[in-house]
Amino acid sequence: MRYIEPHAHMVSRVTDDYERMALAGCEAVCEPAFWAGFDRSSAAGFYDYFCQLTEHEPKRAAKFGLKHFCWLCINPKEAEDVKLAAEVIALIPKFLDRPNVLGIGEIGLNKNSRNELKVLEMHVDFAAWHDQLILVHTPHLEDKLKGTRLILDVLKNDQRIRPERVIIDHLEEHTAGLVLDAGHWAGMTLYPETKCSPARAIDILEICGNERICLNSACDWGVSDPLAVPKTALEMKRRGHLTAAIDMVIFQNPKKFLSQCPKFKIG
Amino acid sequence: MTRQQVLDLYFLDARHKLIEVAAFLDRVERAVGRPAGRADLPVSQVARRRVPTGEDFRLKAFHAALGKLRGKQKEKARRVLLAFSDPTTKPVAKAPGKGACGAWPGK
Repeated sequence: MRYIEPHAHMVSRVTDDYERMALAGCEAVCEPAFWAGFDRSSAAGFYDYFCQLTEHEPKRAAKFGLKHFCWLCINPKEAEDVKLAAEVIALIPKFLDRPNVLGIGEIGLNKNSRNELKVLEMHVDFAAWHDQLILVHTPHLEDKLKGTRLILDVLKNDQRIRPERVIIDHLEEHTAGLVLDAGHWAGMTLYPETKCSPARAIDILEICGNERICLNSACDWGVSDPLAVPKTALEMKRRGHLTAAIDMVIFQNPKKFLSQCPKFKIG
Repeated sequence: MTRQQVLDLYFLDARHKLIEVAAFLDRVERAVGRPAGRADLPVSQVARRRVPTGEDFRLKAFHAALGKLRGKQKEKARRVLLAFSDPTTKPVAKAPGKGACGAWPGK
């Protein structure tokens, strides 16, 4: 069954994973800029990372017929340093015209601090100024509800931001409604322990409806599964969801959101 | 799906998870010493604070969340998540480390 992986950190995955994803029906993988597991020491580290996202990863993906797209930003875990954040954001224009860059992400909050909020606002301003799509990370675990509310306020307070050009990710039962009611797209992440299970993600779909919802694996250097999306599609089938409905969630919906960037062309 | 179908599909998995939760609580009770917060995480002094009963704040939140499973109230999953969540609305002055620990330590 065809699908699009809207959120996967392929820099931290082996090449075998691209092969497995292609075999499972993946047609495109989208990779937001994220925390490497350690703090980069300077803006130069981010420059190299952006080169990796825009040059190296697309070549790795292409070996298996996969199209690779990416998002750029300084991630929330490194956003406590506002000066560094400003330097990194200043680098982004050099990469914006590269053929696989979709927009700004994954921006957001981590511990809901004032500096993180400031850096989020800087990114939103940048995205609005350059008319870019936005992908947002919501905090983990006990911080998620508070962070989601703060993020929604930032987006609402910028009149230039069109809600349908923002996808807010890692939603769970207590945040999905808030995001959908605000008119944004909703991402549900199928990640063990800290985010949704396939069964819960499908529960949320059944309650909230299929519109403006995407599924993703957010696979990274932690214990995670790059095939979480097709496995959840299988779970939907077990529950009796029709093929067309499954295709809508795992292919049509991400295609619709991402195609708002003219560079997103597949098939 | 009908309720029968949901039970047929998910009962065994849910039963397994409930036993895991029960075993976790047994394990906590069996273990010696008083909890003093998670020494392995670089959390603030506030997060290491024990609640007056001597219970780790995560365990207190866990028991509160368990309480959400009883009764006929709907949206149990959402209520459990809310029981673990930070209910405040103002940003903190400075990020107390990188990670989250699963429960709100309180003010």
